[in-house]
Amino acid sequence: MKKTLLGVTILGIYAVYSLGIRHQDPVIPKPAALAGTKPSGGQSSPNNSAGSQSGSRSQSTGHSASSSSTAFKDGTYTGSSADAYYGNVQVSVTISGGKITNVKFLQYPNSHYTSVIINQQAMPYLKQESIQSQSANVQIISGATFTSQAFIQSMQSALNKA
Amino acid sequence: MKQTQLIMGMPISVEITDAQTNQPFDKVFAYFKEIDNRYSTYKPGSEISRINTGLTKDQWSAETVAVLQLCEETKRLSDGYFDISKHGYIDPSGLVKGWAINNAADMLKTMGYSNFYIEAGGDIQVAGSNGYGRRWRVGIRNPFNISQIIKIIEVTDVGIATSGTYIRGEHIYNPKDGYSHPSGIKSLTVIAPNVYEADRFATSAFAMGRSGMNFIRALPSFEGYLIDEARMATYTEGFERYVA
Repeated sequence: MKKTLLGVTILGIYAVYSLGIRHQDPVIPKPAALAGTKPSGGQSSPNNSAGSQSGSRSQSTGHSASSSSTAFKDGTYTGSSADAYYGNVQVSVTISGGKITNVKFLQYPNSHYTSVIINQQAMPYLKQESIQSQSANVQIISGATFTSQAFIQSMQSALNKA
Repeated sequence: MKQTQLIMGMPISVEITDAQTNQPFDKVFAYFKEIDNRYSTYKPGSEISRINTGLTKDQWSAETVAVLQLCEETKRLSDGYFDISKHGYIDPSGLVKGWAINNAADMLKTMGYSNFYIEAGGDIQVAGSNGYGRRWRVGIRNPFNISQIIKIIEVTDVGIATSGTYIRGEHIYNPKDGYSHPSGIKSLTVIAPNVYEADRFATSAFAMGRSGMNFIRALPSFEGYLIDEARMATYTEGFERYVA
């Protein structure tokens, strides 16, 4: 009888405790599984076989969008404005020393989702701040991928002028 | 030395502080062209396009089999949020870019270079130091005005990737939610031990919506910086140590 009571009490305490834990720390999908995939040192190498070494069965028949660094005249060239279906894209390209040194977006699509504003509290252990523009003395910029045919079109038309 | 080429429909920049010749650049760009020829969904002759039009499994290259296994693994680790199949086609580009940048970085290291960065379409691997002997300065783009920077971080020997909606519309979607747009989030930047990890988990966490930040926080050595529709940034505590 005493044992049962003790068991129930312990279960009860555990239930309250785990509720508290969950409240503090929202559910995280499978962190334990992740830990197993990372060798110590954290430098997980995805695959040793670099593409250049493996047999190349896939011959490209498509046209290449890449431009080699040959024979561009120095200057800044503006591409045509191309429709990316969600808005227009236009770039200008700066060539110096025969190489592309800068690509600037003159036009870019605006988001369709401006009306949705989620005003949630920050999660525990996360911090918040409002974003502010900084003076851009940086070597590299991280941003969402730009791989669209519209970009290629505008870029190509700028390069055709160079 | 720094060089930029347009490959895979995006500018790819490589700067190698300790390079004296074009050779390492040529090698890296040639590698990206090869990856593009194999994995571009825009090229009808690419292996991925041929797989999507019925190339049988026994004809897939060993590399592609490995890449698709990595995609499967990432799907499992992200609880299904990372998903390369859509409308019956597969598109592994959410993983291939970071994977290819990481492989290219390994190529440079094998060639003996230790101070460089490789940036492809906003995803970056940095190594060693910049031309001034300091950590590389990386700006995070303002998703509301892509000519602006809203944060500057100083980094070395890490990978950085940003997922977002501001340029390609709905190119990242929530596979569990009828392909809807992840609510209220404009961009998510992830710093990780390398760009392969940063890219695949930035893509995964972005699809999770706000809880994606907790996913990132749970990964050891990962930091995240999320920008929402209300122009608020939410970030992991450890992110602060990178802020310039």
